[in-house]
Amino acid sequence: MENTGYSIEEELIQSRKAKKFNLWLGMIGMFMMFAALSSGFIVYTASGVDKGIKTILPSIFIWSTIVIVVSSITLHFAFQAAKAEKLARQKLLLIITIALGVTFFVLQNDAWGVLISREIYFINSNASQSFIYIFTGLHLAHIIAGLIVLVRCFIGAAKPLPFQDNQFRMNLAVIFWHFLDLLWIYIYVFLLLNQ
Amino acid sequence: MSSTVISHGAAHHDADNHHHETFLTKYIFSQDHKMIAKQFLITGIVMAVFAMVLSILFRIQLAWPDKDFPILEVFLGKWAEGGRMKPEFFLSLVTIHGTMMVFFVLTAGLSGTFSNLLIPYQLGARDMASPLMNMISYWLFFTACVLMVSSFFVESGPASAGWTIYPPLSAVPTAIAGSGLGMTLWLISMTLFIASQVVGGVNYISTVLNLRTKGMDLWKMPLTIWAFFLTAIVGLLSFPVLVSAVVLLFFDRSVGTSFYLSDLVVQGQILPNEGGSPILFQHLFWFLGHPEVYIVVMPALGLTSEVISTNSRKPIFGYHAMVYSLVGISVLSFIVWGHHMFVTGMNPFLGGVFMITTLIIAVPSAVKAFNYIATLWRGNIRFTPAMMFAIGMVSFFVSGGLTGLYLGNAALDINLHDTYFVVAHFHLVMGSASIFGMLCGVYHWYPKMFGRMMDTKLGYLHFWLTFLGAYLVFFPMHFMGIDGVPRRYYSFTAFPFMEKWVSVNLLITWAAIIAGLAQVAFLWNFFSSIWKGKKAPQNPWGSNTLEWTTPVEHIHGNWPGEIPTVYRWPYDYSKPGHDTDFIPQNVPHSETMSSNLAHDFEGNEEAVRIQNEWNKANNREIIEE
Repeated sequence: MENTGYSIEEELIQSRKAKKFNLWLGMIGMFMMFAALSSGFIVYTASGVDKGIKTILPSIFIWSTIVIVVSSITLHFAFQAAKAEKLARQKLLLIITIALGVTFFVLQNDAWGVLISREIYFINSNASQSFIYIFTGLHLAHIIAGLIVLVRCFIGAAKPLPFQDNQFRMNLAVIFWHFLDLLWIYIYVFLLLNQ
Repeated sequence: MSSTVISHGAAHHDADNHHHETFLTKYIFSQDHKMIAKQFLITGIVMAVFAMVLSILFRIQLAWPDKDFPILEVFLGKWAEGGRMKPEFFLSLVTIHGTMMVFFVLTAGLSGTFSNLLIPYQLGARDMASPLMNMISYWLFFTACVLMVSSFFVESGPASAGWTIYPPLSAVPTAIAGSGLGMTLWLISMTLFIASQVVGGVNYISTVLNLRTKGMDLWKMPLTIWAFFLTAIVGLLSFPVLVSAVVLLFFDRSVGTSFYLSDLVVQGQILPNEGGSPILFQHLFWFLGHPEVYIVVMPALGLTSEVISTNSRKPIFGYHAMVYSLVGISVLSFIVWGHHMFVTGMNPFLGGVFMITTLIIAVPSAVKAFNYIATLWRGNIRFTPAMMFAIGMVSFFVSGGLTGLYLGNAALDINLHDTYFVVAHFHLVMGSASIFGMLCGVYHWYPKMFGRMMDTKLGYLHFWLTFLGAYLVFFPMHFMGIDGVPRRYYSFTAFPFMEKWVSVNLLITWAAIIAGLAQVAFLWNFFSSIWKGKKAPQNPWGSNTLEWTTPVEHIHGNWPGEIPTVYRWPYDYSKPGHDTDFIPQNVPHSETMSSNLAHDFEGNEEAVRIQNEWNKANNREIIEE
């Protein structure tokens, strides 16, 4: 049979392009969830003077922000290492990124602890304060997904996968993790502006 | 120029080199878009029958509110003790009827079926961008359906807060019977459904943008594809918002937060929730809910565009205007949700803004309606069953759309809100119109799906009984609404001002039963034709789009060898100078010299020169560059 169109390699490139595009679309969907929560927060908070965050956000959030930004940078370098076929360096940087991701998770939990120590609970007649838990909690749910993606990258590098596959997997992971990073910064800035 | 383009996975998908499939991978966990389309369709049909039976049940209650039907107890048990349906079960019926029809039938059943079937076929792709995601999308939908149906088997009954699941009924598990486990199942089912739609929608968008065959630029895409593409975008942007709403609802229900709840006393007990706002839920719900209306109707508009043009043997009137109208409807659909909430104490200025945006939607909608009529005008019309349903769709879209002008007007809506006028409006413009669009699609693309033809006579019987039945059911409801009769009321004899409408309810119920029975003709036709229908030719309707260039027998990868290249738009019907009344998209202009026009060449000077040489040699008029 004659297939005079694209070669298998070109088809693979096209298929990967489509998969990457799917990820972008998925991220748009995820962002819409947080956009909805933001507008919900605004509508709710505007409904009465007794509503609103009415506290200073825990300073731990500053540390968690630094941690997730650094994790994005280490992942970027891991991707560079993957492109340069330096597998050992890629694996090391991936482990550092995963560790930073876990640290972020722990820090967010600590921030919840600070809120609880100030008697700002999730179950609250001022739901603006409950929204802090919702925003951070849903973001953490995405972080769990991100960590799974990173572990998968590590397994890919440890096997190791063929160069192109390893690079493609890393590429998707980098996009997703950067998105989670930016999403947190959006959430943090949004909450800061409303505190 | 190469006449071939092979897209996604082509080398692995040719006929001689197909996958070795088992029964499980071919019929159950299939990743083939054609099989997944059939799975969506058949599941959608089963859900439609289920939802229709529910509607007949509550129509029986409305027509004979004081009569006992012992047979009901046989089937419904404790929900119809003594042969009379319980009020809480009546609420469950309207809730699940609405949920199933809007989401399972008209979203997944319609969009899922035809997006899956036609996007790869009409764009010239071997399959979807991610066949695996496509399969996951179907199974999430299937699980959602099973969970929703299973809620009929829990002791406290299915959800009964209405398909809009407004809190507090949905947020307080002890509020009414249907607020308990049934509501929990509703929420889990709907979460799975949303996941299904987002995964599916992402795939549709990606396929349209990445896997079009050579020559298939955006302005050569059939209107069906435009409709599915824009529907998927609207879904991607709106469904996640419902997830957020449901997350907050879940915490209110199960953890004790107060996003939506405040100052409630339920069954003598004061609830601890304070400070919540049920209006917040409405905002979040309708931010999805209104675009959902267009998610339901736009695919139907796309399908009818194709069917009307093909069966009028005329190009669709105003192709670009049709596309821009779809784009306009998609954009506007996000800024009109407040018109569902005019009576929530909304600031009148804000109400005015929502009123204006709502009424502006009439413009693209009217453009579409007029373009359909202009396409039909002086066409060489073939009244196939698909065409009848397509025209029926336009009829419902117009007659239901007109009442949208009343309801979109805040001053009028305050009177008409929550009455039967609203029920009449949306059942015509979105319910009947979309169902007719879907049926039009089923009749038209059945030969492509199953390789056989449906019976035409049964198709006409099905059409006329359903068409007349739908009008007889929904048209009288306008007058009930104008009289102030509220929707979702269990018994009209309980309120003196509503009693006079019981006789009208009787008419409506009989019409519903007859229209319901008419569906037996469809079901028989649909299922028996799979095995006994006349064998379909490759292109039974003389159509231009690429799906009709594929073999009748399905093969993995759609085309046995090369994927055709596209040279023209899909609406070259009855083109003057050509010997047949259709020119498929894959026919190059070099084969249609006698009918080529200047604009066919899109400014290609060399092509115009060649055409003019031919024209000169054949004593034809020279075309302008």
